[in-house]
Amino acid sequence: MSDNGFGDELRKRAQEIIARYPAGRERSALLPLLHLVQAEDGYVSPEGITGCAELLGLSRAQVAGVASFYTMFKRRPAGDWLVSVCTNTMCGVLGGDRTFETLREHLGIDHDQTTPDGTITLEHAECLAACDYAPVLTVNYEFFDRVQADRAVEIVDQLRAGRRPVPDRGARLCPLRETSRQLAGYPDPRSSAVADGPAGEPTLAGARLAQRHGIAVPGFDPDTPIGRPAVEGGEGR
Amino acid sequence: MTTPGPMATPGPPGQGPATPGPATPGPATPGPATPGPATLPEPSARVLAKLTPVLTKRWLSPEAWRRAVYERLDGYTALRKALATHPDDLIQLIKDSGLRGRGGAGFPTGMKWGFIPQGDGKPHYLVVNADEGEPGTCKDVPLMMADPHSLVEGAIISSFAIRANRAFIYVRGEALHAARRLHHAVAEARAAGYLGVDILGSGFDLDLVIHHGAGAYICGEETALLDSLEGFRGQPRLRPPFPATHGLYACPTVVNNVETIATVPYIVLGGAAWFRSMGTEKSPGPKLYSVSGRVNRPGQYECGLGVTLRELIELAGGMQPGHRLSFWTPGGSSTPMLTAEHLDAPLDFEGMLAAGTMLGTTAVQVFSDQDCPVYAAYRWIEFYHHESCGKCTPCREGNYWMKQVLRRILSGQGTREDLTTLQDACDNLLGRSFCAFGDGAASPVLSSLAHFREVYLDYLEGRRPPRFPVAPPRPAWAHTELAGAVR
Repeated sequence: MSDNGFGDELRKRAQEIIARYPAGRERSALLPLLHLVQAEDGYVSPEGITGCAELLGLSRAQVAGVASFYTMFKRRPAGDWLVSVCTNTMCGVLGGDRTFETLREHLGIDHDQTTPDGTITLEHAECLAACDYAPVLTVNYEFFDRVQADRAVEIVDQLRAGRRPVPDRGARLCPLRETSRQLAGYPDPRSSAVADGPAGEPTLAGARLAQRHGIAVPGFDPDTPIGRPAVEGGEGR
Repeated sequence: MTTPGPMATPGPPGQGPATPGPATPGPATPGPATPGPATLPEPSARVLAKLTPVLTKRWLSPEAWRRAVYERLDGYTALRKALATHPDDLIQLIKDSGLRGRGGAGFPTGMKWGFIPQGDGKPHYLVVNADEGEPGTCKDVPLMMADPHSLVEGAIISSFAIRANRAFIYVRGEALHAARRLHHAVAEARAAGYLGVDILGSGFDLDLVIHHGAGAYICGEETALLDSLEGFRGQPRLRPPFPATHGLYACPTVVNNVETIATVPYIVLGGAAWFRSMGTEKSPGPKLYSVSGRVNRPGQYECGLGVTLRELIELAGGMQPGHRLSFWTPGGSSTPMLTAEHLDAPLDFEGMLAAGTMLGTTAVQVFSDQDCPVYAAYRWIEFYHHESCGKCTPCREGNYWMKQVLRRILSGQGTREDLTTLQDACDNLLGRSFCAFGDGAASPVLSSLAHFREVYLDYLEGRRPPRFPVAPPRPAWAHTELAGAVR
C-alpha cells in the first residue's frame, strides 16, 4: 500500500466494493473496505485508514473509530494463522478454558499477540456459534470441532511447521490475508473450496433421527392455494 | 448401555442445585466423545413424534447447497408460486401462518411486513440478520452451510412481498464458510434468473448483497446492525422511529432473522393451515432447537414449538453418563437460566414467559452438577462486558463492575454485600439500558442468584474452593464512592 492511502490497483478494487451499495450510500462499503485493507497489510494500517477516508470522504478519525469497534479488525500486524479458541461458557467448561491456557503456555504469547516468527496470532473468542460441537477453535475462521488441549497443540505445531491441518468443517486453510479478501466480499479463488467440509453429525442429529424413524410432517401440499383461507385460523391447535 | 435416561438424571424438583460436586478449579472433565447412534437408546415413539423435519429435511441430501440439488428437492418452486401472487396476499399469508421471528424476540413476522408503508415512493429494504452470536446459539450457521438457497429463496420472496428491490444479508464475519456457501448460492441464483432484473419474467427486480460483519455481537441487535451496515460503529438507535419506517438509510426496512426468512418458502408452498399444524396456537410452526452441553448427542433438533427440555434431552440421547441436569438456558445466555424444576415447561414464547424466562433463540445449553452456575454467570458477564457497545452507561459500567464482583466471589474473596451489589447493578440494567442487550446481561446474574444463591454463599463462606487464585489487582482509582463494590 502506498504511503498516502490506496494505490491504483487497490483503488479499482475499492470502487468495485463501493458499487455494491446504493448511490450516495458509499459509506456502507467501509467494513468490506477495512477487510480489504487487512487483505493487503495484514492489519488495519494507517495507510489503509487514510485510503478508506479519502475514498469515502470521511476523516481518518471517523474511519479509525469504526475500525477500533470491531474485534476482527486488528490494530497490529497479525500472523498468517489466527487461532481463536472459544472460551465462552459452554466451550469453556467443556475444555476451551484449558485449551486456551495450554496454547498460551505452549506458544508463549497472550491473547491478541503474535508469535515472534509471525506465524500464529492467538486469541480467545466469544461464542462462535458452534456450541453443539463444543469445545471448538477456529483457524482463520475455519472450524476445528471438539478440540481438547492436546489436539490444539498438534494443530498449532503443524501450522508452525508450515503444514496446514484440515478443518473438521469449512474449507481448507488459506492464510489470513486471503481470508480477509473473501471477507471483503470477493469469491474464494479456490473454486472447489465451497464444496469443502461435510456437515457434521451434530448439525444432522435431528434430521437423521427423523429419517431413521420415518418421521415427516403430514399434510404438506405444495399446491395449496394462497389467499384468504376458507376457515380463518380454523386449523390451529 | 451406560447411559442413564433423561428421567433418571434431574434432581427432585424445587430442591435447587443438585449436590455440588467436588468444586475443582479449572475446567471440569470434558465429556466423552459423542457415541454413535447404535450405543444410545432410541427415544420413545411419543417423543420422536415431536420432530418436525421441515427446514432440516434437505440437510441430509449431499450437496444440497448446490442449486441443482436444491431444485430437485422443491427448490425455487415457492418463488414461482409467490411471484404469481399479489404481494399483499403474501403478507396476509404470513400473518395467517402466525410465523413469529426466530431471532429471539418472537415478533409476528407478517405484522412486521405489514408495517412497511406502501406507495410511499421511498426505496424499501430487506435486511437478513445473519449475525448469529448469542452465546449458545448455533442454528443459523449450520442452516446457511447446509441449505443456503432456502435463505436466498426466502429473501427473494420476502423482498417481493414488501416491495424491496435491494436486500442485504448481514452475515457474521466469523461465519466464513457459511458466507462462502451464501456467495455461491447468490451467484447461482443470479445465473438462473432468480435474482437481478425482471425475475422469471415477473417484472420484479432484486439485488441481493452479502455483507460481512467484523466481529461485534451487538450488531445482532437490529438497529445496531443497520448502523453497522451503513458503515458506522454498531450502536443501537433510539426507537421510535422503528426500522419499518426509518430503517436502512432512513427508509422502510424489514429486518428478519435467517431462520425466519428460510421458513417463508415452506409457508408459501404448504400454506398457513399446514404450518399451524406444528407448534402451538400462539407459537406455531417448526423451530430449530440447538441442544448443547452435557447430553450424549448434542445437535440441531427441529421440533414443533412447545417441545420440552425433558423431550429434547431424550432426543439428544440422554444426559452424559455421570452428569445430572443442574441448570440450562432455553435460548441463549440472555434468557434467564432454568433448573430441573422446569423440565416440562413448554419451550414456546408463552411457556417460557410463564417460567420467568424467554424463548430467545432456542439455544438450549444443558449444564450439569459438574458445572458451576456462578462461573457460568461470570463468564457470560465477561462476554457482555467485552461486547457492550459502550453507548449507554448502565450497560457499559454495569457489566464492567459485575465482572469484577463475580470474579472476586469466585476468588473466595467476596462478601455478602457483593450479592446486594450484583442485585443493584442488575436493577440498574434491566429496563434501564438503551437496548435489550443490557436486559440480557442481567439475566444470568439475576437467575443464578435466584436459583443458586447457596452456591454463591458456598464461595463466600469457603465451602467451595476458589476457582481463581487471587482477585485481580485493584486499580488505584477504585477507592471511590462510585466504586463502592470494590473493597
